[in-house]
Amino acid sequence: MILDVASWLLLLAGGFFVFAGGLGALRMPDFYTRAHASGLTDSMGTILILSGVALQAGFSLAGLKLFTILAFLLLTSPTATYALANAAYFAGLRPLLPPLSAETDDRKTR
Amino acid sequence: MITLFAVFLLTLLVITAFGIVRAQNLFVAVMLAGIFSLQMAAIFFILDAADVALTEAAVGAGISTVLFLGALALTVDEERPRPSARFLPLVVVAITTLAVIYATFEKPRLGDPNAPVHMHVAPWYLENTPTLIDIPNVVTAVLASFRGYDTFGEVFVIFTAGIGVMFVLGTPWSRLNADDVPSAETHGLRHHLIPRVVGRLLVPFIVLFGLYVQFHGEYGPGGGFQAGALIAAGIILYALLDGEAAALRAVPASWLAAMVAIGPLIYGAVGLAGIVLGGRFLDYSVLATDPVAGQHWGILLIEAGVGITVTGVMVSVFHAFAARASMR
Amino acid sequence: MYYAATIAILVTMALALGRALLGPTVYDRVLAVNMFGTKTVLLLAVVTFLYGRPDFLDLALAYALINFIGVLAVLEFVQKHSLRHPKTDQERERS
Repeated sequence: MILDVASWLLLLAGGFFVFAGGLGALRMPDFYTRAHASGLTDSMGTILILSGVALQAGFSLAGLKLFTILAFLLLTSPTATYALANAAYFAGLRPLLPPLSAETDDRKTR
Repeated sequence: MITLFAVFLLTLLVITAFGIVRAQNLFVAVMLAGIFSLQMAAIFFILDAADVALTEAAVGAGISTVLFLGALALTVDEERPRPSARFLPLVVVAITTLAVIYATFEKPRLGDPNAPVHMHVAPWYLENTPTLIDIPNVVTAVLASFRGYDTFGEVFVIFTAGIGVMFVLGTPWSRLNADDVPSAETHGLRHHLIPRVVGRLLVPFIVLFGLYVQFHGEYGPGGGFQAGALIAAGIILYALLDGEAAALRAVPASWLAAMVAIGPLIYGAVGLAGIVLGGRFLDYSVLATDPVAGQHWGILLIEAGVGITVTGVMVSVFHAFAARASMR
Repeated sequence: MYYAATIAILVTMALALGRALLGPTVYDRVLAVNMFGTKTVLLLAVVTFLYGRPDFLDLALAYALINFIGVLAVLEFVQKHSLRHPKTDQERERS
């Protein structure tokens, strides 16, 4: 019973993070911010959803496979995002920064 | 509910297909083709076809994308603009589409037990697999034993495609030398520490998982085709990270040529062994004293042959594209 | 409970497809493909439990491996390609 409630909560939270990350990837203004949003789905979304499902599987072969998938995704997905951002930066794509203006000095003194 | 998911994914599929057709830049089309394969794999999975989903994921989304990119490196980026007046093809396609849609009105519903496809051979296979072959995965039983002759043809298709591509590209195995690969590049994944470290950790695991899928094909989704694609993906990952020269030293071109040929050879040998031992061509029951054990031996050997050929062809084609691109 | 997670994942797949179709630069599209790949792995894991057949988890694992290799291959291609045909910033932004 507690296991089911915990699974529900983890799956719902995971679903929320995955959706938030997807929405961010669609709506953010710049490549680097979109990569940041997509990284959200890769880390939090993956951990929560796979943990929620693993609680249902228990200590079986399926649970071990889920743990392997989780370890694998946590290792490779951030690496892929990093390699992508690095490639973009070295190819010349720069982040969208606000233009420097006289207002910057006011911000420093606040 | 499941139908709703399948319909949703099919809608995404149609949108992706429109995107592929309308894209002028070929690289965009390749990326969208990768997404198309992923969607197909998800749809197959939702429709409960696990072996097909695994093959589509391994071959379509992984290897196919890599090979498309290899081909794209040899050609231009943009599609050539086509002439505008294409009224006749439009009419032909419209008529064909309407005819096909009309034909689907007579189609039985998905999963209907009285559909013709479920009435003749399929129940026979399902009833007789436990007694004749005794493996849990009926798909492998049908593929490898009941319809083994078709799979023999498929292995020959892969073999022919492999040697065909090698000759079209002009880089037969004798020309793929580890020493000929130019090492003048200053960028690329080779000089990139983090993906290299992570990738190197993973290559042995990928090859091991490929072997697991190969031998587990009788008990769960898997088999020779999927395993071959996975092991080839592992070797290609090594080639991407450490350079083609290192990959050609690890798995030399002569081995690759042998691997490409061994699959049909093993398959044919098992078939002939059936005749020699008193049965018919590709009759596995005579390979051992117990017919069921004979079936197991037969399936094991031919799946191994298929896996070896698929690995050899995919890695060879990858090296051929890379060698051709560096010749420019 | 699996239905809710599946719906969230499918909606996110649609959003990732949107980014792949829209994304002005090449890197946006690669990002979208990577995201679509990880969502497919999650979808496979959840639907496995929806159908109650744990042996289908092999597909999720295979898919996670393939996705990584696909993204790295694309990056290698893009880097080699941009070296051989250096573009101006405007052209690169447009692609």
